[in-house]
Amino acid sequence: MTSTLPDPDTAREWLAAMVLIRRFEERAGEMYARAKIGGFLHLSIGEEATIVGAERALRDDDYLVSTYRSHGDALARGTPPEQVMAELFGKSGGCSKGHGGSMHMFDLQRRFMGGYGIVGGNLPIAAGIALACDQRGSEDVTLCTFGDGASNQGTFGETLNLAALWRLPVVFMVVNNQFGMGTSLSRHSAVTDLQRKGESLGVPGVRCDGMDILDTHRVVSEALARVREERRPLLVEAVTYRFRGHSMADPEDYRTKEEVLQWRERDPIPAFAGLLEREGTLTAEQREQIDRDATARVEEAVEFAERSPFPGPDTLYDDVYVLDGETHGWYHDPRAAGVVTNSTAHEPSQR
Amino acid sequence: MTEMRYRDALKLALREEMRRDENVVLLGEDIGVFGGAFKVTSGLLEDFGERRVRDTPISENTIVGVGVGAAMVGLRPVVELMTVNFALLAFDQIVNHAAHIHYMFGGQARVPLVVRMPQGAGHQLGPTHSHSLEAMFLHVPGLLVAVPSTPADARGLLKAAIRDENPVIFIEHESLYGVRGEVDENDEEPLRFGRARVAREGSDVTIVGVSRMALTAERAAETLAGEHGIEAEVIDPRTLRPLDLDTILRSVAKTNRCVVVEEGWPHGGVGANLAALISEQAFDDLDAPVTRVSGADVPMPYSKPLEEIAFPHEPQIVRAVLGALGHEDASTANGAPPLGSPQASVAPQ
Repeated sequence: MTSTLPDPDTAREWLAAMVLIRRFEERAGEMYARAKIGGFLHLSIGEEATIVGAERALRDDDYLVSTYRSHGDALARGTPPEQVMAELFGKSGGCSKGHGGSMHMFDLQRRFMGGYGIVGGNLPIAAGIALACDQRGSEDVTLCTFGDGASNQGTFGETLNLAALWRLPVVFMVVNNQFGMGTSLSRHSAVTDLQRKGESLGVPGVRCDGMDILDTHRVVSEALARVREERRPLLVEAVTYRFRGHSMADPEDYRTKEEVLQWRERDPIPAFAGLLEREGTLTAEQREQIDRDATARVEEAVEFAERSPFPGPDTLYDDVYVLDGETHGWYHDPRAAGVVTNSTAHEPSQR
Repeated sequence: MTEMRYRDALKLALREEMRRDENVVLLGEDIGVFGGAFKVTSGLLEDFGERRVRDTPISENTIVGVGVGAAMVGLRPVVELMTVNFALLAFDQIVNHAAHIHYMFGGQARVPLVVRMPQGAGHQLGPTHSHSLEAMFLHVPGLLVAVPSTPADARGLLKAAIRDENPVIFIEHESLYGVRGEVDENDEEPLRFGRARVAREGSDVTIVGVSRMALTAERAAETLAGEHGIEAEVIDPRTLRPLDLDTILRSVAKTNRCVVVEEGWPHGGVGANLAALISEQAFDDLDAPVTRVSGADVPMPYSKPLEEIAFPHEPQIVRAVLGALGHEDASTANGAPPLGSPQASVAPQ
């Protein structure tokens, strides 16, 4: 089935969303090299069509559950780049207040229910969110993305079986970027036709071209509509490629430069921009403007992250527990939490 | 007051909270049609229907993860795991997600989840069904840990756990399900976490008993009083996180001696933690080192005589107390040497 272009404004907005992710990730990589960002940094460069195509298929009230490669998902969902960059910087203005970092973006307001650092750990969570939606009789659907590597985890089989059994409104999207870290698909999965990997678990699959935003959007939209209507899970395989290493600390010995170049020729951003230009919905000037806007927005994000203060030592114990529930007051005593040695240094802050 | 079994007190709590809040849902293996491996949930499927009492596939990690996700968006799931050993399959979801989500997402999400499970030896279930692992959960910031030993505490703490906004590991005991006790059915208020129960007052020694060991400690205290003229104060902490250390320290200030009794392993155990806390915070009150009586430092054996000596009984507690008091009967008291040190625990009798 062929995919049709959305209206010109929407098409240009999709392009802008992809460009924002690209420029953001490039800048994040630079900030990492300058030691502004610590830990691991997993970039989504190359996967923008998969991210934006799928996200734009969601309703505002739908839920998105993602992985440790989650900056792009947060940005696509509408989380301000300032909050995402500040989180990478470990600053208090980050979307997770500097507690989570690159792998643990979160935006409750926009129903972005998290990046998760454990491969495959997010699938049961997505099913649980879908269960709650179903229990309430709501129409909300949950989209759960994970990598090809996660399809080998026990939670993949367990969750797909349970979701099919209970007819949960969840779309599982395996983002097949060809590698589980440094192990290629054919070396980590006996079944490489990943769209079929849920069949024996009662979850039929479809495939989309994850380098093509129109195809991704069409396939995910159809899957969401079917799941919303039929009350049963589906699996979507998005075939894509990450242009950069698994994380910033990746010499990429497991693949050839030629292979990367071949995939780069299919770069989803110029591909979509070129299509829009040929269709007459994008001028060269508009294209440059989108790029300038994204670059400027990312610069603002970096400046915000620089300015945002580090979380103070008095916040170390913040949000370990919810303190306003039935057991208010019991966690203030550091001894009660088993923390003794630094009790004089860091009193848990009062809520 | 009504006399009821521990399992029925748990069921009463579930029933009351399910009636009170339609967001409370039960998930677990064989909890519905089968009625629960230990019959805690029997009859609830009939009363609340299969959407609120959900039999699950045998997928512990995923069941708990589903509970986490559902809790994040407003349900109050109560997940039953068949034994504490099976919770090890769910350790990823319990630790990496249930315990950490509130913190790692900057306070935006909450996980009001209860994970119930029985623990404990005595039924010849061998090395994969019989352990006492409360120390593993106690270790994790973000979790609350309850270890009720009486029907009244089981009901009151389970109600509190379900209403709490934090994830709760609720550890029951296989040997206690049939034990009877008084429950005030008219009082529907939950208990508060972090309040120890002084099960028996005394002035000579403090015995802290965890989970079933609170009851074993009470019996040992009666023996100590009857046969040795020693009045032991027995404290059941009821919850390990938060821990009511103040009640224990007040008791130690009075008795100057403390024996901690647990069924779990000695290294890194509840007793090890308590001994450290008491030593750090009440060293001047102590006339003797804090003594630990624990399960043996072995996987739980199947064979009855071996299993019997692999977890504490009254005589070990009596002997440990006599030792802590430097009592003249210490060397002649019946029973195996106190378990606690690796040497002692592998060399019974």
